[in-house]
Amino acid sequence: MHIPDGFIDVPTSAAFVGLSAIGVGAALKGARTQLDDKTAPLAGLTAVFIFAVQMLNFPVVAGTSGHLIGAALAAVLVGPWAATLALTVVLLMQAFLFADGGLTALGLSVFNMSIISVWVGYAVFLVIKKILPQNKSSVAIAASIAAAVSVPAAAFGFWIQYVIGATGTFSDSAVFTSMIGIHVLIGIGEAIITGLTVTAVLASRSDLVFGWKNNQKALEIKNV
Amino acid sequence: MGERLYLHRHSIVHETASYLKVVAAIAFILVAVSTPITNWQAFIGYFIWVLVVAAIAKIPFTLLFKRALIEIPFIFFAILMPFFGSGERFVAGPFNLYREGLIAGAGIVVKGTLGVLTAIILSTSTTAREILRGLERLRLPALMVQIASFMLRYVNVVNDEMERMKVARDSRGFEATGLKHWKVLATAAGALFIRSYERGERVHLSMLSRGYEGVLPHDEVEKSKASSWFMVLMYPFVAVVILVITTLIGNQ
Repeated sequence: MHIPDGFIDVPTSAAFVGLSAIGVGAALKGARTQLDDKTAPLAGLTAVFIFAVQMLNFPVVAGTSGHLIGAALAAVLVGPWAATLALTVVLLMQAFLFADGGLTALGLSVFNMSIISVWVGYAVFLVIKKILPQNKSSVAIAASIAAAVSVPAAAFGFWIQYVIGATGTFSDSAVFTSMIGIHVLIGIGEAIITGLTVTAVLASRSDLVFGWKNNQKALEIKNV
Repeated sequence: MGERLYLHRHSIVHETASYLKVVAAIAFILVAVSTPITNWQAFIGYFIWVLVVAAIAKIPFTLLFKRALIEIPFIFFAILMPFFGSGERFVAGPFNLYREGLIAGAGIVVKGTLGVLTAIILSTSTTAREILRGLERLRLPALMVQIASFMLRYVNVVNDEMERMKVARDSRGFEATGLKHWKVLATAAGALFIRSYERGERVHLSMLSRGYEGVLPHDEVEKSKASSWFMVLMYPFVAVVILVITTLIGNQ
């Protein structure tokens, strides 16, 4: 879901460049406090991971396949700050190097995918994790639900941009039902893959999972 | 990644400073996007001008069009537009189309294509590293530039890692055909994350051992001469001229 040039009018695109700049600026600050000088290599390698994992095809039915978007996955694995940075860099590189997504639409895409999708996903993750019992499978379930919500959340961001500055002629309500409808379906796929991937990482290196880290109990010393 | 997209040639377009090219590309797209689609003569002018610049940059047209195929998904979206909508309708052959939808859909395809072609000329005539330098020059925060340069440096390494995992799966007779194989693929994605993260940690430690303190060493940047500013700003400027002339003709 990359927005091309000229799809949303120039004033709206410019306004969202501003909003995205504020969001990414906040993420830069947040990542520095969370990761210190580790930020560049770790967010960089997360960006590579997202970029690579988007090329991993998951077969659906009859020759069709889908791929992961990875906003919620990145937020759970490395934290929302680094996830925002990694996804922004992925979008920047896709637009500048592959012409995938318009250069003047970058602000719109960054807002939808690296800000709304990541943060809505992370908020949902925190809420669900709080409700469920504190164990590894709840982290995977929470990540899964977060992913399911994060995809239509990005589509919702697109819909807002469409309502404000559309150059197309589809009615707002038609765009809403079709975009949200399709992305709820995509979100289900995203949820399954995200849950399974988080489970796999938790099984071997749970210490790397940001959403799990604060959960580790200190070892108890028992007197027998 | 970047080196596969870059086409090594000697041309004015290749030799211009990258930050100027980025500015010119965005300015050109802004001009094109702001032009009303009903001024169709202007768009013919823009397309000719884009192809002229591609020719000056010695980019083969076949390469240009092959890479432009990336826009196919959104063209589908635009093609639907004349069929669903409201307002005045007209009959074209077997179809009963909405006039406004047709105009809007055409606008999206035409403007999107101009944007894609411009971005392709940029990435074909400029190495990925140079584009990054250009963005840095245009005040992209240093940390973002570092993250992006790590991405460029390691993307092939991580892709190869993913490819090796695929070979390992294939050699065990695994074939992904449906939902039941998602668990295996997701486990591979998890393994890929762990390997990427661990590589990030190793890279960080090796950077620290070389004295990294949060900033990367820098070459001195040269100021661009007025003449190269002039050359590169021709790209959006010609578009403006086309826009003005066609608007004047249209108003007569």
